[in-house]
Amino acid sequence: MTQKLDYLKESPSQTAGPYVHIGLAPGAAGFDIYKQELGWDIAGHKAKGQRIRVEGVVIDGMGSPVKDVLLEAWQANSEGHYAHPEGGGKVEDGFRGWGRVITNFETGEWGFDTVKPGAVHARVKLGSGVAEKVASSDPDWQGRMDSHAPMAPHINLWIVARGINIGLNTRMYFEDETEANAVDPVLNLIEWENRRGTLLAKRAGERDGVPVYRFEIRLQGDNETVFFDV
Amino acid sequence: MKPAEFYQRDRHRHPPALTPDYKTSVARSPRYSMISLQQSVSEITGPVFGHNDIDPIDNDLIKNYAKDGDPVGERIIVHGRVLDENARPVPNTLVEVWQANAGGRYRHKKDTYLAPIDPNFGGCGRTITDENGYYFFRTVKPGAYPWRNWVNNWRPAHIHVSVFGSGFCQRLITQLYFEGDPLIPLCPIVATIPDPDAVQQLIAKLDMNASVPLDCIAYKFDIVLRGRRSTLFENRLEGN
Repeated sequence: MTQKLDYLKESPSQTAGPYVHIGLAPGAAGFDIYKQELGWDIAGHKAKGQRIRVEGVVIDGMGSPVKDVLLEAWQANSEGHYAHPEGGGKVEDGFRGWGRVITNFETGEWGFDTVKPGAVHARVKLGSGVAEKVASSDPDWQGRMDSHAPMAPHINLWIVARGINIGLNTRMYFEDETEANAVDPVLNLIEWENRRGTLLAKRAGERDGVPVYRFEIRLQGDNETVFFDV
Repeated sequence: MKPAEFYQRDRHRHPPALTPDYKTSVARSPRYSMISLQQSVSEITGPVFGHNDIDPIDNDLIKNYAKDGDPVGERIIVHGRVLDENARPVPNTLVEVWQANAGGRYRHKKDTYLAPIDPNFGGCGRTITDENGYYFFRTVKPGAYPWRNWVNNWRPAHIHVSVFGSGFCQRLITQLYFEGDPLIPLCPIVATIPDPDAVQQLIAKLDMNASVPLDCIAYKFDIVLRGRRSTLFENRLEGN
């Protein structure tokens, strides 16, 4: 007999179900219980950078909006730092970089206010061809490109709902970051170039002087959003 | 040794996206394969929570919504540890729970089941693990309830559990079931999990030692999050 490995196994996922709001957003379920709900203030009032609003909808395989979804956002501040001991640097007081939103029960629309994240220094290897593109656009990058490719500004999203058995991970990039997106190591990892566009939020004007970005997530069907196994 | 990336998820222990016996998954499941992503700082970091974020009473579902008395039902303690796959405790991490009341009814505007709302029961709680990864809640045992899938499906008694860990790629929502419940093997949502051994990992065990005599019965439920590799050799690039 060989020796045994003594690792534990990760607990298996189960759907968040139709009543996820009770646990994670009780106000939306229709009752007031906590002193404060978590995740409504992503950036805090001291965050530097461009204030933005992000809005969207999640569409199912029938083409209908999913009206009971819960999304969580995880993002860096405007300097590309995450609010975490390994996050790459300091963040402003009150900047958590994490948000939690639910969809409107009637329309399926969701939205949150935050600041636009900066480019993030990755810890991923570049795919073939991308390294050259990065090097040509940023000569200063040469020495670091193996392990510290810059990732274009993005917001990591995690989606749960009834009928979703394990939370779906995706990323929202910004359509107007054309140059940074072109050399982003994660977008370039997607073999099918026509699918990369599913991760780009579109600029949708301004409201009260704040740029609005729209991001539609398609769970299935034409233009299915790219989801990541992280 | 510096911590590096988290171990790959064992997809054979998790439910796949498409599980036709759980009908709602059919239209809500991606059809293309996920793109496998080597972890970057975006995945290995995650939100940090502290005791200022919650109230001490938040983990007591018997008292945290009580209006004119305690909720109806079997008083239970649910306790255990949040560990990673290296069997190390996950300290200071947020654990959130929600559940139906003893009659199987949720306090949710979308739940229309016959069983009544309990005026003294909200059905949600939250806590932060201590330095040993330990957590505990007090609540009432939730009831089974019917749901629209096949004509006569009933959910086994369960508590929904949401856990963070230290990296966003550890984020997990699951459900706790109770030892001995005959509805567990009949449930299409439980059956989305392909590995019978993995199902056992979600069944809390009766824990008489932790029960409070003449007051409250206890169930033990450990939660395991993804473990993390260590960087053993400094001459390799960080997180390579």
